[in-house]
Amino acid sequence: MSVIPAEQLIDKRVHYLNESYGVKSWLFTKDHKRIGLLYLASITFMFFIGGAAAVLMRLHLIEPQGALVEPETYNKLFTMHGVIMVFFFLIPSIPAVLGNFLVPMMIGARDLAFPKLNLLSWYLYMVGALLTLSAIIAGGVDTGWTFYTPYSSVYANTHVMAVAIGVFINGFSSILTGLNFVVTIHKMRAPGLTWFRLPLFIWAMYATSIIFLLGTPVLAITLVLLGLERLLHVGIFDPKLGGDPLLFQHLFWFYSHPAVYIMILPGMGVVSEIIACFSRKRIFGYGLVAFSSMAIAAISFLVWGHHMFVTGQSIYAGLIFSALSFMVAIPSAIKVFNWTATLYRGSISYDAPMLYALGFIGLFTMGGLTGMFLASLATDVHLNGTYFIVAHFHYIMVGGAVMAYLGGIHFWWPKISGRMYSDGWARFAAFVIFIGFNLTFFPQFMLGYLGMPRRYAFYPAEFQVLNVMSTAGASILGIGYLIPLVYLAYSLRYGPVAPANPWGARGLEWRTSSPPVTENFEETPIVTAEAYAYDEGREPVA
Amino acid sequence: MPEAPLHAAAHATGPAPAYVTAAHAHQFDDPGQQHEAGNLGMWVFLATEVMFFGGLFAGYSIYRSLYLTAFEAGSRLLDVRLGATNTAVLIGSSLTMALAVRSAQLGRRKALVLFLLLTIALGSVFLGVKGYEYYHKFENHLVPGIDFIYDQPNAPQVELFLCFYFFMTALHAVHMIIGIGILATLAFMGWRGRFSPGYYSPVEASGLYWHFVDIVWIFLFPLLYLIGGRY
Repeated sequence: MSVIPAEQLIDKRVHYLNESYGVKSWLFTKDHKRIGLLYLASITFMFFIGGAAAVLMRLHLIEPQGALVEPETYNKLFTMHGVIMVFFFLIPSIPAVLGNFLVPMMIGARDLAFPKLNLLSWYLYMVGALLTLSAIIAGGVDTGWTFYTPYSSVYANTHVMAVAIGVFINGFSSILTGLNFVVTIHKMRAPGLTWFRLPLFIWAMYATSIIFLLGTPVLAITLVLLGLERLLHVGIFDPKLGGDPLLFQHLFWFYSHPAVYIMILPGMGVVSEIIACFSRKRIFGYGLVAFSSMAIAAISFLVWGHHMFVTGQSIYAGLIFSALSFMVAIPSAIKVFNWTATLYRGSISYDAPMLYALGFIGLFTMGGLTGMFLASLATDVHLNGTYFIVAHFHYIMVGGAVMAYLGGIHFWWPKISGRMYSDGWARFAAFVIFIGFNLTFFPQFMLGYLGMPRRYAFYPAEFQVLNVMSTAGASILGIGYLIPLVYLAYSLRYGPVAPANPWGARGLEWRTSSPPVTENFEETPIVTAEAYAYDEGREPVA
Repeated sequence: MPEAPLHAAAHATGPAPAYVTAAHAHQFDDPGQQHEAGNLGMWVFLATEVMFFGGLFAGYSIYRSLYLTAFEAGSRLLDVRLGATNTAVLIGSSLTMALAVRSAQLGRRKALVLFLLLTIALGSVFLGVKGYEYYHKFENHLVPGIDFIYDQPNAPQVELFLCFYFFMTALHAVHMIIGIGILATLAFMGWRGRFSPGYYSPVEASGLYWHFVDIVWIFLFPLLYLIGGRY
């Protein structure tokens, strides 16, 4: 890795960061890279708001009777944590930040197909986020992030409408991003870049976009129906007036289960890039990894009923949903085995992005395997509604998606910012996050198995030891997330200037300078090999 | 090669195919790519619209299978003659829309503007009739949630049917209003001569949208008006 100290090189080159200055040049930008950075700033802000809610919850649960807040406030805290983390951090995280930045560069295009729509999608995100935040400041909402009816539509007297409208508007941000990606990937690939030469990150973005496009509209119409029911007191989901609350759950999970794959598929794409690069090997089973992304996207639409095993849906529906849920394990396992096979006999180096990627594989595997417990009808009846579920999906969403997101940020940071961060601090942070994460959530598997229900502000005294462990872990995890904020910000000013290709990676995005020029490439690249030609022995283009 | 702007090359060699001489946005290599991207974008958007309406259709289907009698009774509260008239009006507007796209492709400016205005007129007739139907529902106290008086059996389920009637037709009407706004913009641009055989993507894409909105109605009409078993 060759780096040039910043003071020796005064950067006179014009690139996307310095081609214009001022607030307006950012707020009205149509450059996909700048829009990616707008998203990076906004979702980082939302992440720390949602994280603060989680810290408060964990501190509260340090004592069995609750140490910090009223039960009503606790309800609002977990709702706020869920809504912000799911809709305003995890779903846009990798697609809107890294996807926006990388999709055009990885396919050798100058920009996304519809730059104005891309900017509009950021504004929609901001409107949705600010509306949600203002509802939280005005007093919050206590329905849980799932907005289950009839509580949300009839009984809750908190700010359900404002948050629902915020989530609704934010949904259109996702839809526009997905639309842009699909059209761009179909129509704007550089000459020679066939579908099976595409980086696996692009395949993951493509699969994710399909879910954005087919799932999000269903959530949107469901929230409209919820809002109308709440406003007009009609009975679409209200059993007293002839409606059926199960219909709400079906429609909600029809989107919200695929949304889980919106969160994890991009992470799988990032990890495929990192593993291949730091093993110096062609990714093992490229075709299978690519198709498994598409398979996950397809199956994701057929499994929503596993959220409703104990809600009174027909036992036959439960059987089928259970079987289909097990099927998701197949493409997921294909990916894990292929990454492992890529590592086998690779020349592995443990730079910071690689540590995050390896952490991802371990934690995602744990999350996936515990998902099998929950896909089984009999064990689900026991585990449903307990901390086992909480631990399971945090292993997927935090251990999986957030680790991959951080890995991706570290991997592409030199490209995004043009600077190198401190590798020592980055490895230290990865280590702290991994330890903190496991200490937070592994005890929750045990708590759930022992029967502690989720979403309560207090618990029986015999669960205290495990809860204290979890709270201690959350404190470590919180600090772990603050460390990258510091050294990444520090690197922007004091970090060594990054070369075009600090990792010796083979993707197209590394062929242009760091940071790239406004239209990405001085000259549209012509592609002659796939993105993982690590074993061809030629020197990487620096 | 892809970097070279095709239209600049074309100027050097004299007359060229129409699409080559048209302008295109900086992110595209040539106008042909821009045209294809625009069209695909609209198709993808329409796929999201199918899912958007799909949620309502799913809810409708479930309650109709649960409360068939009430839904039939609810359907008989609607005026099928007005619904049928509106169906004919909308199919007519699809024809004028298709003719507008054809005129744009052929570069017939006046015909383009005329057909767009005709489409707008038919769309407005549709909305007028729809408004008249809504007005009658208000007069007869058949508006769910706001003013609903119904003394026959299964009143809550009939109200549920009318909920779906209002939500589905209102969502459809909102799409019509947006469509009319788009067509008015296109008519203005067309009148100013912004379209040519080399650049008509916006007309074509808006045409796709308009036809989609018509097709939604083709499903709504039988589901709402014709299930009463009257005929």
